[in-house]
Amino acid sequence: MRPLLAALALLALSASAASAHAFLDRASPAVGSSVPRSPAAISLWFTQELEPAFSTLSVVDQAGTRVDRGDPEVDRNDATILRVTLKPLPPGTYKVIWRVVSVDTHPTEGTFTFRVAG
Amino acid sequence: MKRVSSPLAAAAVIGVALPSADALAHGFAGDRFFPATLLTDDPFVADEMSLPTVTRNPTASDGTQLTNIGVDFSKRILPDLGVTFHRNWQYQQSPGAPAVTGFDSISTGVQYQLFINAPHEAMALAGLSVNWGHTGRVQALGSPDFTTLSPTLDWGKGLGDLPESLPFIRPFAITGNLSVDFPTKVNSNGTLHSNNFNYGIAVEYSLEYLQHHVRDIGLGKPFDRLIPLVELSMTTPLNRGAGGLTTGTVQPGFIWAGQYFQIGAEAIIPVNSLSGKGIGGIVQFHLFIDDLFPKSIGKPIFSY
Repeated sequence: MRPLLAALALLALSASAASAHAFLDRASPAVGSSVPRSPAAISLWFTQELEPAFSTLSVVDQAGTRVDRGDPEVDRNDATILRVTLKPLPPGTYKVIWRVVSVDTHPTEGTFTFRVAG
Repeated sequence: MKRVSSPLAAAAVIGVALPSADALAHGFAGDRFFPATLLTDDPFVADEMSLPTVTRNPTASDGTQLTNIGVDFSKRILPDLGVTFHRNWQYQQSPGAPAVTGFDSISTGVQYQLFINAPHEAMALAGLSVNWGHTGRVQALGSPDFTTLSPTLDWGKGLGDLPESLPFIRPFAITGNLSVDFPTKVNSNGTLHSNNFNYGIAVEYSLEYLQHHVRDIGLGKPFDRLIPLVELSMTTPLNRGAGGLTTGTVQPGFIWAGQYFQIGAEAIIPVNSLSGKGIGGIVQFHLFIDDLFPKSIGKPIFSY
């Protein structure tokens, strides 16, 4: 049993120096939420730091037309945050589409919707 | 805000990021993350290791109590081609007899990822598993003295492509597998070895999917990474006097999947008296080697 515990401890120690797939931790507006008026931007918080060159974020309306300003950026002070600013949104349902690459090159992607109640 | 710092930096990143299919490991299909299930086979090639899997089986119909401590290892050779290794150490207690311990036979496999469909959260894998004869304690533990070949088909499907009007159904996912055993020896000392049809299914409800892809219901850690599930695995012998004597187990439980590892636990409930009596249990510690060692043993040996 000792060699097994030693191996697990070694792996756990090694993990502290590693990175991993970036999962979405939370979003603003929140996933699946309804907001009273058009938000100025979409911000996503991830579980890992992101590689700016390969992390994208866009927002489309129900017709598939992009409603973001095409300026997705990873926060300079906190590389776990990805943000894009939005054009003024009329009431409706919008889809957020993200694809990110963590700093160790693992890609993940996802979508969710939010609603502007108006 | 951080932009690409320079074309050189971008090129450097491209150099390591372009084999991105390499990194789409341990069960991602679009929005969906499929965990490594404890009972049924996974529908994806991966760089992963289960160490250990501890199984306390339901008491067998003859009263034998079996406990296994197992190790599983999966390694990608190519982005879509992987190999597997499995072995159990066993503790076997039969009524009126001293306990017997030792290794069971070695199982290996080769697997090919048929497809991954991100929009529909679907994937499938074909493989060939081999359980090698004479690699365990044949006399003492009843390990096979013959090799068995088992072609397999494993698949997974998330329900995230259902309409938005079904928000609490979309976190469901189903994985399943089909295989047939072809023993290379018809009988051992008069005991016949049948061809067996194996089929299994796992129904999962991903709270991670609900929280991060459907609706933020305020789940905090650790519940936002929890996946309750029920697994079912059955074996039906097809011939050689054993036809129709189906055995199997139903296993309700949960998996918690983190960044580098997952933990799973399930109860083991036999489906009939042939499958045992009472309730057993299984716990597993499972490592994502691709996340732990992304630049060395955690990536395919060869990429294209």
